[in-house]
Amino acid sequence: METSTYIFLQHYWWFLISLLGGLLVFLLFVQGGQSLLFQLGKTETQRQLLLESTGKKWELTFTTLVTFGGAFFASFPLFYSTSFGGAYWVWMLILLCFVLQAVSYEYQMRKGNLLGKKTYRIFLLINGIAGPVLLGTAVGTFFNGAEFIVNKEQLSVLSMPVISQWATPWHGLEAVLNIWNVCLGIAVFFLARVLAILYFMNNIDDESIRSQSWNRLLPESIAFLLFFLAFLAHWLIADGFAINPDTQEIFMQPYKYALNLLEMPYVTGILLVGVILVLWGIGKTYLNPSYREGIWFSGTGTVLTVLALLLCAGWNHTAYYPSITDLQSSLTLQNSCSSPFTLKVMSYVSILIPFVLAYIFYAWRAIDLKPGKK
Amino acid sequence: MIANIDTSLIDWSRAQFALTAMYHWLFVPLTLGLGIIQALMETLYVKTGKEYWKTTARFWMKLFGINFAIGVATGLILEFEFGTNWSNYSWFVGDIFGAPLAIEGIVAFFMEATFIAVMYFGWEKVSKRFHLASTWLTIAGATLSALWILVANAWMQYPAGMHFNPDTVRNEMLDFWAVALSPVAINKFFHTVLSGWVTGATFVIGLSCWYLYKKREQAFALRSIKVGAIFGLVASVLLLWTGDGSAYQVADKQPMKLAAMEGLYQGEKGAGLVGIGILNPNRSSYDSPEDPFLFKIEIPKMLSLLAERDADAFVPGITDLIEGGYTDKTGQPALSAEEKIAKGKLAIQALADYRQAKKEKDEAGIATHRTVLEENFAYFGYGYLQDPSELIPPVGLSFYSFHVMVLLGGYLILLFLAIWILHRKSAFLQMRWLHLVALWSIPLAYIAGQAGWIVAEVGRQPWAIQDILPTIAGISRLETASVQTTFFLFLILFTVLLIAELRILIKAIQVGPETETAHSQTNEYE
Ligand code: HDD
Ligand code: HEM
Ligand code: HEM
Repeated sequence: METSTYIFLQHYWWFLISLLGGLLVFLLFVQGGQSLLFQLGKTETQRQLLLESTGKKWELTFTTLVTFGGAFFASFPLFYSTSFGGAYWVWMLILLCFVLQAVSYEYQMRKGNLLGKKTYRIFLLINGIAGPVLLGTAVGTFFNGAEFIVNKEQLSVLSMPVISQWATPWHGLEAVLNIWNVCLGIAVFFLARVLAILYFMNNIDDESIRSQSWNRLLPESIAFLLFFLAFLAHWLIADGFAINPDTQEIFMQPYKYALNLLEMPYVTGILLVGVILVLWGIGKTYLNPSYREGIWFSGTGTVLTVLALLLCAGWNHTAYYPSITDLQSSLTLQNSCSSPFTLKVMSYVSILIPFVLAYIFYAWRAIDLKPGKK
Repeated sequence: MIANIDTSLIDWSRAQFALTAMYHWLFVPLTLGLGIIQALMETLYVKTGKEYWKTTARFWMKLFGINFAIGVATGLILEFEFGTNWSNYSWFVGDIFGAPLAIEGIVAFFMEATFIAVMYFGWEKVSKRFHLASTWLTIAGATLSALWILVANAWMQYPAGMHFNPDTVRNEMLDFWAVALSPVAINKFFHTVLSGWVTGATFVIGLSCWYLYKKREQAFALRSIKVGAIFGLVASVLLLWTGDGSAYQVADKQPMKLAAMEGLYQGEKGAGLVGIGILNPNRSSYDSPEDPFLFKIEIPKMLSLLAERDADAFVPGITDLIEGGYTDKTGQPALSAEEKIAKGKLAIQALADYRQAKKEKDEAGIATHRTVLEENFAYFGYGYLQDPSELIPPVGLSFYSFHVMVLLGGYLILLFLAIWILHRKSAFLQMRWLHLVALWSIPLAYIAGQAGWIVAEVGRQPWAIQDILPTIAGISRLETASVQTTFFLFLILFTVLLIAELRILIKAIQVGPETETAHSQTNEYE
C-alpha cells in the first residue's frame, strides 16, 4: 500500500476514535444522572422516575465504552497494551464502576436482591461520581503525558520479553498529581451533570423534577465552565508533544496545541461550534424553563468539542499519548497503529457505523416519542 | 532494566483471567439459549394470536433480563483484560486479535443493546411485528457477539492468515477471511452457541418441571416444555456432531491437547477411546514407566477413527510429541521438543540480530538474519521455554473435564428425548421423579459448559497462541500484589453479585408468570 494511503487510514482511525470518545463523553449524562439521584430525587417516586429514565440508556453508554476499547485495540494496539497494562489501577477502577452500574439498575427494585435497594443506589451514586472523574482524568494524560517506556527490543530478552513498562508503581494513579488532569476530570464530571439535567428536562414528564432540574442548571453549569475554561486556557498556552515529520523524533514545542488549532482551522471550527452549541443548550434552557430540547444542542456540542480536542491530540504531527519518562517512547499515530491491511479491513467495517447510528436513533424514537397505545 | 518474570505474576494473571472468563461463561450460555427460546415463543404469539404465548414469552424474558445484566458486567472486564493483564500479547497479536473485538462492538453489541430496550420497554409502544423483530434482533446481536469473540479465541488455538513483521515486532494480518472463516473458528462457533442453546433448553425444562412438581402453573409449564424439549433435542444432537468436529480440529491442530484430553502417553495405531477412566495419580513424569490409568473402559480404535477419520491411523501420545521421531501427517519425521525449543531460540536470536543489523544498516546481515527468522518462526514461542516438560498441559484437568463434558452431553440428549416423548402423555404430570431429575439437570448443563472451556483453555497450555507465544511471554509487567488485589476484588464482587442474581431469579420464579391465573385453569394447552 502507498504510504500516503496508510497515513490517511491512521488519521481516519484517529478520527473515529475521537468521535467515539466524544460520543462517550456525551453519553456520560447517564452517570451525571446517577450522581444527581439523591439531589434531584426528593421522594421515592421521583427517584424511581430518575432511575427509569437513565435506566433505559445506560446500555448505550456501556456499549460505547466497550466499542471504544475494541476499536482502540484494533486500530492502535500499542496504546491498548501500554496504557491498559500500565495505568492498571485507573482502568480497573473505571471498569469496577461500570460493573456496579450494570447490575444496579436491574437489581435495585427486585425482590431478594441481597444488598437492599439503598446499596444499589449508592453503587449508582459512586459510579456517577467516580466514572466521569476517572475517565476525564485519564483523557487528561493524552495532553499531559504518562509515565511509561516502550522498548521493542525487549521481545528478544528471554527472561523479560515485555515491551511496555510503566515507570511508577502507582500504575496510573499518579495522574492525579498533575492538576490539569484532575481539572479535566472535574470538568467532565460537571458536564455530565449539566447534560443529565437537560436530559431529564427532556425525558421526564414530571413538573417537580423539571423545576428542580432547572434550579440546579445554573450552579452546575458555572462549575463546569470554571474547570473547563481553566483547562482550556492552560491547554492553549501549554507546550505540546510534537513529532518531527522527517525523523519521527518527538520534541517539546511551545504552544503546540494552539498551533494545531491555527494550522487546522476546520478543527478550530468544530471546537468553536461545539462550545457554542453546549452554551446554547444551557442558555436557552436557562432563559426558558419550559424549553425541552437543550440536550440535543449541548449533547451535539459535547461530541464536537471532545472530537476537536482529541483531533488536536493526534493529528498534525502530535504524539497523542506522550511519555514523560522517555520522550521517544511516546505513542504517535504512526508508531502505535495497526498494519495497513488491518486498518483497511477495519475501515470497511466502519462503513457500518452510520447504519448502526441510524437504527439506534430509529428504535429510540419508536419507544420514546410515541405515546403508549394503552 | 532487565528483571526476570516472576512466575507468581503469571499464575495470578492466569487465575484472574480464568476467574473472570468462567464467571462470564456462567451467564452467556443462558443468554444465547433462552434468547432463542423466548423469540420462538413470541413468534408463536404473533402467529397464533394467543395471549398465553405472550405471557409465556414475557416470563422468560424477565429471567433473561436478570441474567443479562450480570453477563454484560463480566464481559466488560474480559474485554479490557487483554490490555490490562496480557499487554505483551496485545501488542504481539493485536493487529489480528483486535479486529474481531472491534467488529463485535460495532456490529453485535450495539444491535443487542438497542433492541433489548425495545424488547423490554416497547410492548405498548411499537407494533407486534416490530416488537417481534426486536426480540429476534436482540438474540441475533448476542449470537453475533459470540461469533466474533470465538473467531478471536479460535485464532489463538490455530493462528492463521498472518505473518511476523520484524520491523514492527508483531504479527500482522494478511488474510481476514482466513482468520474469520478458519475451520476451527466455524466449529467453535457452532459448538459453543449450541452448548448455550442446550443450557437454555435445560433451564426452561427444569424450571417448568419444578412448577409441575409443585402442581402450579401447569398449562404454562407444559407449553414451555413443548418448546424447550424439541429445541433442546435438536440442539443437543447437533452439539454432539459439532463436538466431534471440535475434537477432529484439536487432533489436527493441537495434538498435545488431544493427548492430554485422552490421557494418551504412548501413541499407537488404531488407538482406543477411553469412555470412562481413572488416571494413575502416582505418575510423576511423561516418560515414567507406570501405567497411566488405574482403571479404564476403552472403545477399541475409536480415537483413531474420530481423530483421523481412519480406524487404523496413528495418534501420537504425549511421549511421542515430546520425543519426536514418529512420522507426522506430512510424512516427515516429527521434531522433538528439544529441537523445537532450539529452533525457537534461533528465531528469537535472529530477530535481535536482524534489528541490530538494521540499526547498523548492514544489508547482508539484514538479509541473512531475516531468512533465519522466517525459517524458524513456526517455532518462535518454543524459544521462551526452558524445558520440554513445560509443553505438557495439566493432564488430569484436561482428561476429566473432557470426559465429564462428553458424558453429560450424552446424558442430556437422553433427557431431552425422554421429556419430549413423555410430556405429551397425561401421566407426565404424575412423574414427580422425572420433574426432579429435570430440575437437577440444570446445574449439569452448566458444569458441561464450564468443563468444555477448561478442556479448550487448560488443554492448550503453555500457549497463549499456539506455538507462537507462551503465556509467560504474554503478560503485563505488573507487581504480583496488584493482580492479586484485583483477583480478590473480582472474586468477592462477582460472587456477591452472583448470589444476588440467584436470589432474584428464585424470587421471580416463585412469583411465576404474571397474569397466568387469568386464563390458566382452563387447560388451553391442547
Ligand atoms: C452444555 C455444554 C456442552 C456439552 C454438553 C458439550 N460441550 Fe463440548 N464444549 C462446550 C460445551 C459443551 C463449550 C463450552 O462450548 C466449548 C469450550 C470451547 C469451545 O469451543 O466450546 C467446548 C469445547 C469442546 C472441545 C474442545 C475444543 C477446543 O479445544 O477448541 C471438544 C473436543 C468438545 N467440546 C467435544 C464435545 C463432545 C464430543 C461432546 C459430546 C456431546 C461435547 N463437547 C458436549
Ligand atoms: C467464556 C469462556 C471461557 C472460559 C471459561 C475460559 C477459561 C480460561 C481458563 C481456565 C484459562 C486459564 C488457563 C490456564 O491457566 O491453564 C484461560 C486463559 C485464557 N483465555 Fe480463556 N476462557 C474462556 C473464553 C476465552 C475467550 C473467548 C478468549 C479469547 C477471545 C480467551 C482467551 C484466553 C486468554 C488470552 C487466556 C490467557 C492466556 C492463557 O492462559 O492461555 N478465553 N481461559
Ligand atoms: C475473553 C473473551 C470475551 C470477551 C472479551 C467478552 C466481552 C464481552 C463484553 C465486553 C460484553 C458486554 C457487551 C455489552 O456492552 O453489551 C459481553 C457480553 C456478552 N458476551 Fe462476551 N466476551 C468474551 C467471551 C464470550 C464468549 C466465549 C461468548 C459466547 C460464546 C460471549 C458471548 C457474549 C454474549 C452473548 C454477551 C451478551 C450479554 C450476556 O452475557 O448475557 N462472550 N462480552
